[in-house]
Amino acid sequence: MTTTNTTTTTQFPPPKVLTYPSSTPPILITQGAEGRLYKTTYLSPSIPCALKYRPPKPYRHPILDARLTKARLSAEAKVLERCWREGIPVPAVYAVDTSAGWMAIEWIDGPPVRAGINEWLGDPPEVEQDGGHQQDKKKENADEDEGEAPMVDLMRRIGLAVGRLHNLAGVVHGDLTTSNMMLRPPLDGGDAAQGKAGKALEGEVVLIDFGLATQSQSDEDRAVDLYVLERAFLSTHPRAERLFGEVLEAYRGSFKKAASVLVKLEDVRMRGRKKSMIG
Amino acid sequence: MGRAITGASHPVVLYVSGGNTQVIAYAEQRYRIFGEALDIAVGNCLDRFARTIEISNDPAPGYNIEQLAKRGGRVLLDLPYAVKGMDCSFSGILTRADELAAHMKNGGKGPDGEPITPADLCFSLQETVFAMLVEITERAMAHVGSSQVLIVGGVGCNERLQEMMGAMAADRGGSVYATDERFCIDNGIMIAHAGLLAYETGFHTPIQESTCTQRFRTDEVLVKWRK
Repeated sequence: MTTTNTTTTTQFPPPKVLTYPSSTPPILITQGAEGRLYKTTYLSPSIPCALKYRPPKPYRHPILDARLTKARLSAEAKVLERCWREGIPVPAVYAVDTSAGWMAIEWIDGPPVRAGINEWLGDPPEVEQDGGHQQDKKKENADEDEGEAPMVDLMRRIGLAVGRLHNLAGVVHGDLTTSNMMLRPPLDGGDAAQGKAGKALEGEVVLIDFGLATQSQSDEDRAVDLYVLERAFLSTHPRAERLFGEVLEAYRGSFKKAASVLVKLEDVRMRGRKKSMIG
Repeated sequence: MGRAITGASHPVVLYVSGGNTQVIAYAEQRYRIFGEALDIAVGNCLDRFARTIEISNDPAPGYNIEQLAKRGGRVLLDLPYAVKGMDCSFSGILTRADELAAHMKNGGKGPDGEPITPADLCFSLQETVFAMLVEITERAMAHVGSSQVLIVGGVGCNERLQEMMGAMAADRGGSVYATDERFCIDNGIMIAHAGLLAYETGFHTPIQESTCTQRFRTDEVLVKWRK
């Protein structure tokens, strides 16, 4: 038996597949909303892999829980396979067991986009007693210089990646956030860029966590996908709010039907707002 | 106000009432909305379903659904489950629940071959919509790295919702904070409390200029009273 080397204070029982004597000792990477992510190896000790495990949710009715876990894992595996075939940067699928609730996929190096953006933004500004608006203005002025070019570039890469996902794979992600995108460092190590301001934002944008993804070509679903991203982005990185437009612009240019998705996005925004303003 | 009553310090807030369904967290002087219902609010869904199966409004339709649901649990009827990221949707569920209610009136049977009862319907509806709410709350907690959750709004009185949320929070090593019906459904005291906090930070409105608006979004308020 191997022991679980967890990075959190609570010990969670790992899925059975990780307890076989032949498996590399797993490291619990995160306890996300959907489940746990372990780092281990697949087949050979030299091939790192991510093992996604969806444990039973104690709060959920067992029938509903089993139904959701099975449906989501198998949908996720199918979608990843499809994206991978179309050349969209996503982790490759190695193995799936829907009834045991796990899936082994390619290990993606690099920080999440969220961490990269936060590093680039730096610490939050000290809040003055007379309110945040003035503060926002100062920050905006400071951002006007060419220093934000790497950020604009990252925004465009994100828009492009989402556009390709929607268009080439015919997939909507369902949970686009800056935590669900990784920045895979370039193979050469990116030494040339050492010390440059935009270092934190370098790398290939790899989409991960397709747990809520579906195959859909409809403008409505695509628009909701963008809406989810927009809202997650604005609430996670309020100080980079201005730059989010770059994501949508790059998306617009990424395929022919993108323009009509963006028109639909207006509808979705209005709907979301209108409903929440009532009493 | 929820924080003042419960003592939660930096919770993710699930705001669930007849008019609103929002997952909120505080960041940089505003309560930011991470997720919300894309169509009808969860309380609206429950209230309308109560009307469908003709249960009393006394003391509240949601309360009566909760009591009926306690007698269910024999079967879980299949209802749509509509979560998109941190957002969710309830109108499709309501439609399906209404269909099942009509099915019940015609003597329809459940998956176990027994006739469907109002208790089965209430139980299944609660289990499904609350699982959705807990799921989007959990996703927001994972996203902002918080282990506290505070439930506010009328639906927040529901003890089954509080119990499910508690199980989720415990699983994440955190805790759930909830208020009861004395505070959950009293908009007057909530507005007064927020007004007091704003007043103390120098936000004054002369009584002649005071108006009221129903269309006020949670994230429009500049929150000066929190760090």
